[in-house]
Amino acid sequence: MENNLNFHFAVDGNDFTSAGLASVQLKKALRQLGLDPETIRRASIAMYEGEINMVIHAGGGEADVEVSEDCIKITLADHGPGIKDIAQAMQEGFSTATDHVRSLGFGAGMGLPNMKNYSDKMEIESTPGEGTTITLYINI
Amino acid sequence: MKISQVMELLDASVICGEDSLGKHVYSACGSDMMSDVLAYVKDQSVLLTGLVNSQVIRTAEMMDMVCIVFVRSKTPTPEMIELAKESGIVLLASDKRMYEACGKLYASGLCGNGVKNGK
Ligand SMILES: Nc1ncnc2c1ncn2[C@@H]1O[C@H](COP(=O)(O)OP(=O)(O)O)[C@@H](O)[C@H]1O
Ligand SMILES: [Mg+2]
Repeated sequence: MENNLNFHFAVDGNDFTSAGLASVQLKKALRQLGLDPETIRRASIAMYEGEINMVIHAGGGEADVEVSEDCIKITLADHGPGIKDIAQAMQEGFSTATDHVRSLGFGAGMGLPNMKNYSDKMEIESTPGEGTTITLYINI
Repeated sequence: MKISQVMELLDASVICGEDSLGKHVYSACGSDMMSDVLAYVKDQSVLLTGLVNSQVIRTAEMMDMVCIVFVRSKTPTPEMIELAKESGIVLLASDKRMYEACGKLYASGLCGNGVKNGK
Protein backbone atom coordinates (compact mmCIF):
# COMPACT_ATOMS: atom_id res chain seq x y z
CA MET A 1 0.00 0.00 0.00
CA GLU A 2 1.37 3.39 -0.92
CA ASN A 3 0.03 5.21 2.11
CA ASN A 4 1.91 3.19 4.70
CA LEU A 5 4.13 5.12 7.08
CA ASN A 6 7.46 3.69 8.11
CA PHE A 7 9.66 4.57 11.03
CA HIS A 8 13.11 3.23 11.79
CA PHE A 9 14.89 3.51 15.14
CA ALA A 10 18.32 2.33 16.26
CA VAL A 11 18.26 1.21 19.88
CA ASP A 12 21.55 1.82 21.68
CA GLY A 13 22.46 -1.12 23.88
CA ASN A 14 25.06 0.71 25.92
CA ASP A 15 22.90 3.45 27.28
CA PHE A 16 20.18 2.52 29.73
CA THR A 17 19.33 6.18 30.24
CA SER A 18 18.27 6.66 26.64
CA ALA A 19 16.34 3.38 26.44
CA GLY A 20 12.76 4.13 25.51
CA LEU A 21 13.58 7.06 23.26
CA ALA A 22 12.29 5.23 20.20
CA SER A 23 9.01 4.46 21.94
CA VAL A 24 8.57 8.09 22.97
CA GLN A 25 9.18 9.16 19.37
CA LEU A 26 6.73 6.58 18.08
CA LYS A 27 4.13 7.74 20.55
CA LYS A 28 4.49 11.32 19.32
CA ALA A 29 4.23 10.25 15.69
CA LEU A 30 1.10 8.16 16.36
CA ARG A 31 -0.48 11.09 18.19
CA GLN A 32 0.16 13.28 15.17
CA LEU A 33 -1.63 10.72 13.04
CA GLY A 34 -4.61 11.24 15.31
CA LEU A 35 -5.03 7.58 16.27
CA ASP A 36 -7.21 6.51 19.18
CA PRO A 37 -5.37 7.14 22.51
CA GLU A 38 -5.90 3.58 23.75
CA THR A 39 -4.40 2.14 20.56
CA ILE A 40 -1.46 4.51 20.89
CA ARG A 41 -0.98 3.50 24.49
CA ARG A 42 -0.99 -0.20 23.70
CA ALA A 43 1.46 0.21 20.83
CA SER A 44 3.85 2.40 22.76
CA ILE A 45 3.89 0.27 25.92
CA ALA A 46 4.46 -2.91 23.91
CA MET A 47 7.27 -1.26 21.98
CA TYR A 48 8.77 0.19 25.16
CA GLU A 49 8.93 -3.25 26.79
CA GLY A 50 10.58 -4.62 23.64
CA GLU A 51 13.02 -1.75 23.53
CA ILE A 52 13.97 -2.22 27.19
CA ASN A 53 14.46 -5.95 26.54
CA MET A 54 16.81 -5.23 23.64
CA VAL A 55 18.85 -2.96 25.92
CA ILE A 56 18.97 -5.17 29.03
CA HIS A 57 19.17 -8.59 27.37
CA ALA A 58 20.59 -8.15 23.89
CA GLY A 59 23.00 -5.21 23.72
CA GLY A 60 20.67 -3.11 21.59
CA GLY A 61 19.06 -3.57 18.22
CA GLU A 62 16.74 -2.02 15.69
CA ALA A 63 13.07 -1.16 15.74
CA ASP A 64 10.97 -0.76 12.61
CA VAL A 65 7.40 0.40 12.67
CA GLU A 66 4.97 0.27 9.80
CA VAL A 67 1.62 1.98 10.14
CA SER A 68 -0.97 0.95 7.59
CA GLU A 69 -4.64 1.74 7.41
CA ASP A 70 -5.69 -0.96 9.83
CA CYS A 71 -2.56 -2.05 11.69
CA ILE A 72 0.58 -0.91 13.49
CA LYS A 73 3.34 -3.45 12.88
CA ILE A 74 6.38 -3.21 15.14
CA THR A 75 9.47 -5.28 14.40
CA LEU A 76 12.19 -5.45 17.05
CA ALA A 77 15.36 -7.17 15.86
CA ASP A 78 18.58 -7.78 17.74
CA HIS A 79 21.77 -9.81 17.47
CA GLY A 80 21.91 -10.68 21.15
CA PRO A 81 22.16 -14.11 22.82
CA GLY A 82 18.71 -15.22 21.67
CA ILE A 83 16.07 -16.97 23.77
CA LYS A 84 16.60 -20.69 24.38
CA ASP A 85 13.14 -21.57 25.61
CA ILE A 86 10.51 -19.18 24.32
CA ALA A 87 7.61 -20.82 26.20
CA GLN A 88 9.51 -20.36 29.46
CA ALA A 89 10.43 -16.75 28.64
CA MET A 90 6.76 -16.01 27.98
CA GLN A 91 5.75 -17.07 31.50
CA GLU A 92 4.80 -14.25 33.84
CA GLY A 93 7.61 -13.73 36.32
CA PHE A 94 10.31 -15.60 34.41
CA SER A 95 13.42 -13.46 34.14
CA THR A 96 17.14 -13.85 33.74
CA ALA A 97 17.72 -10.17 34.54
CA THR A 98 20.60 -9.34 36.87
CA ASP A 99 20.23 -7.70 40.28
CA HIS A 100 21.61 -4.55 38.70
CA VAL A 101 18.80 -4.46 36.14
CA ARG A 102 16.31 -5.07 38.97
CA SER A 103 17.71 -2.16 40.93
CA LEU A 104 16.86 -0.03 37.90
CA GLY A 105 13.20 -1.02 38.13
CA PHE A 106 13.05 -3.76 35.48
CA GLY A 107 13.40 -7.51 35.36
CA ALA A 108 10.08 -8.60 36.88
CA GLY A 109 9.58 -11.04 34.05
CA MET A 110 6.48 -9.23 32.84
CA GLY A 111 7.81 -7.72 29.62
CA LEU A 112 7.06 -10.44 27.09
CA PRO A 113 3.67 -11.31 28.66
CA ASN A 114 2.86 -7.59 28.59
CA MET A 115 3.82 -7.30 24.94
CA LYS A 116 1.50 -10.18 24.19
CA ASN A 117 -1.33 -8.63 26.22
CA TYR A 118 -1.03 -5.24 24.62
CA SER A 119 -0.81 -6.45 21.05
CA ASP A 120 -3.32 -8.30 18.91
CA LYS A 121 -0.70 -10.69 17.63
CA MET A 122 2.90 -11.37 18.56
CA GLU A 123 5.53 -13.48 16.80
CA ILE A 124 8.89 -14.41 18.27
CA GLU A 125 11.75 -15.82 16.25
CA SER A 126 14.91 -16.51 18.13
CA THR A 127 18.08 -18.48 17.55
CA PRO A 128 20.47 -18.91 20.48
CA GLY A 129 23.76 -17.24 19.66
CA GLU A 130 22.28 -15.30 16.74
CA GLY A 131 19.54 -13.07 17.98
CA THR A 132 15.87 -12.41 18.37
CA THR A 133 13.20 -10.83 16.21
CA ILE A 134 9.84 -9.99 17.74
CA THR A 135 6.96 -8.75 15.61
CA LEU A 136 3.96 -7.10 17.19
CA TYR A 137 0.69 -6.31 15.44
CA ILE A 138 -1.71 -3.80 16.92
CA ASN A 139 -4.99 -3.42 15.09
CA ILE A 140 -6.21 0.10 14.53
CA MET B 1 -8.96 14.68 43.34
CA LYS B 2 -6.78 17.45 42.04
CA ILE B 3 -3.00 17.18 41.93
CA SER B 4 -2.89 20.12 44.33
CA GLN B 5 -4.73 17.96 46.90
CA VAL B 6 -2.21 15.14 46.40
CA MET B 7 0.42 17.71 47.16
CA GLU B 8 -1.25 18.88 50.35
CA LEU B 9 -1.93 15.37 51.62
CA LEU B 10 1.70 14.41 51.19
CA ASP B 11 3.26 17.72 52.24
CA ALA B 12 4.95 17.57 48.87
CA SER B 13 6.80 20.24 46.96
CA VAL B 14 6.47 20.79 43.22
CA ILE B 15 9.55 20.13 41.13
CA CYS B 16 7.93 20.94 37.81
CA GLY B 17 4.48 21.32 36.29
CA GLU B 18 3.07 24.09 38.53
CA ASP B 19 0.62 24.97 35.77
CA SER B 20 -1.03 21.55 35.90
CA LEU B 21 -1.79 21.31 39.63
CA GLY B 22 -5.48 21.79 38.88
CA LYS B 23 -5.64 18.59 36.80
CA HIS B 24 -7.78 15.79 38.17
CA VAL B 25 -6.39 12.35 38.94
CA TYR B 26 -8.51 9.30 39.56
CA SER B 27 -6.16 6.53 40.58
CA ALA B 28 -2.64 5.94 41.79
CA CYS B 29 -0.06 3.24 42.16
CA GLY B 30 3.09 2.93 44.23
CA SER B 31 6.05 0.92 42.98
CA ASP B 32 9.78 0.91 42.50
CA MET B 33 9.38 -1.72 39.78
CA MET B 34 8.57 -0.08 36.47
CA SER B 35 7.88 -3.56 35.08
CA ASP B 36 4.91 -3.88 37.44
CA VAL B 37 3.66 -0.40 36.67
CA LEU B 38 3.65 -1.26 32.98
CA ALA B 39 1.67 -4.42 33.67
CA TYR B 40 -0.95 -3.31 36.17
CA VAL B 41 -1.80 0.33 35.95
CA LYS B 42 -4.62 2.20 34.26
CA ASP B 43 -4.30 5.66 32.84
CA GLN B 44 -5.09 9.02 34.41
CA SER B 45 -3.03 8.10 37.36
CA VAL B 46 -0.35 9.11 39.77
CA LEU B 47 2.84 7.13 40.18
CA LEU B 48 4.48 7.07 43.60
CA THR B 49 8.03 5.80 43.51
CA GLY B 50 11.36 5.82 45.28
CA LEU B 51 13.20 4.93 42.08
CA VAL B 52 15.23 7.65 40.43
CA ASN B 53 16.19 7.20 36.78
CA SER B 54 14.96 8.35 33.37
CA GLN B 55 12.89 5.22 32.89
CA VAL B 56 10.54 6.38 35.63
CA ILE B 57 9.57 9.36 33.48
CA ARG B 58 9.38 7.29 30.28
CA THR B 59 7.22 4.66 31.99
CA ALA B 60 4.82 7.37 33.16
CA GLU B 61 4.77 8.85 29.69
CA MET B 62 4.04 5.47 28.07
CA MET B 63 1.20 4.95 30.55
CA ASP B 64 -0.30 8.41 29.99
CA MET B 65 0.25 9.24 33.66
CA VAL B 66 0.05 12.87 34.65
CA CYS B 67 1.92 13.04 37.95
CA ILE B 68 4.88 11.35 39.62
CA VAL B 69 5.51 11.62 43.36
CA PHE B 70 9.03 10.85 44.54
CA VAL B 71 8.79 9.49 48.07
CA ARG B 72 11.48 9.13 50.75
CA SER B 73 12.93 12.53 49.81
CA LYS B 74 14.30 11.25 46.50
CA THR B 75 15.15 13.95 44.01
CA PRO B 76 15.09 13.52 40.25
CA THR B 77 18.07 14.49 38.13
CA PRO B 78 17.99 17.63 35.93
CA GLU B 79 17.74 15.32 32.91
CA MET B 80 14.63 13.65 34.35
CA ILE B 81 13.07 17.04 35.07
CA GLU B 82 13.66 18.03 31.43
CA LEU B 83 12.00 14.83 30.20
CA ALA B 84 9.03 15.42 32.49
CA LYS B 85 8.62 18.99 31.26
CA GLU B 86 8.69 17.83 27.64
CA SER B 87 5.95 15.31 28.40
CA GLY B 88 3.87 17.64 30.56
CA ILE B 89 4.19 15.42 33.62
CA VAL B 90 3.98 17.00 37.08
CA LEU B 91 6.80 16.01 39.43
CA LEU B 92 6.28 16.19 43.20
CA ALA B 93 8.64 15.34 46.05
CA SER B 94 7.59 14.21 49.50
CA ASP B 95 9.61 13.09 52.50
CA LYS B 96 6.94 10.50 53.37
CA ARG B 97 7.77 6.85 52.92
CA MET B 98 5.95 4.77 50.34
CA TYR B 99 3.57 3.03 52.75
CA GLU B 100 2.40 6.21 54.40
CA ALA B 101 2.15 8.19 51.18
CA CYS B 102 0.01 5.53 49.49
CA GLY B 103 -2.10 5.12 52.62
CA LYS B 104 -2.87 8.81 52.85
CA LEU B 105 -3.97 9.03 49.23
CA TYR B 106 -5.99 5.82 49.42
CA ALA B 107 -7.75 6.93 52.59
CA SER B 108 -8.67 10.17 50.87
CA GLY B 109 -10.39 8.39 48.04
CA LEU B 110 -7.76 7.93 45.37
CA CYS B 111 -8.31 4.35 44.31
CA GLY B 112 -5.80 1.70 43.39
CA ASN B 113 -7.43 0.58 40.19
CA GLY B 114 -5.19 -2.46 40.04
CA VAL B 115 -6.72 -4.04 37.00
CA LYS B 116 -4.60 -5.91 34.63
CA ASN B 117 -3.84 -4.09 31.45
CA GLY B 118 -4.36 -5.38 27.97
CA LYS B 119 -6.54 -5.06 24.97
N1 LIG C 1 15.64 -9.57 23.11
C1 LIG C 1 15.96 -10.56 23.96
N2 LIG C 1 17.13 -11.23 23.80
C2 LIG C 1 17.46 -12.24 24.63
N3 LIG C 1 16.70 -12.66 25.64
C3 LIG C 1 15.52 -12.05 25.85
C4 LIG C 1 15.10 -10.97 25.03
N4 LIG C 1 13.88 -10.56 25.46
C5 LIG C 1 13.58 -11.35 26.51
N5 LIG C 1 14.55 -12.25 26.74
C6 LIG C 1 14.55 -13.32 27.78
O1 LIG C 1 13.23 -13.56 28.19
C7 LIG C 1 13.11 -13.33 29.61
C8 LIG C 1 11.75 -12.75 29.92
O2 LIG C 1 11.61 -11.45 29.33
P1 LIG C 1 10.59 -10.42 29.97
O3 LIG C 1 9.26 -11.08 30.08
O4 LIG C 1 10.64 -9.16 29.22
O5 LIG C 1 11.12 -10.22 31.45
P2 LIG C 1 12.37 -9.39 31.99
O6 LIG C 1 12.85 -8.48 30.90
O7 LIG C 1 11.79 -8.65 33.14
O8 LIG C 1 13.40 -10.38 32.40
C9 LIG C 1 14.26 -12.40 29.93
O9 LIG C 1 14.64 -12.44 31.29
C10 LIG C 1 15.35 -12.93 29.00
O10 LIG C 1 15.93 -14.11 29.53
MG1 LIG D 1 11.55 -7.25 29.85
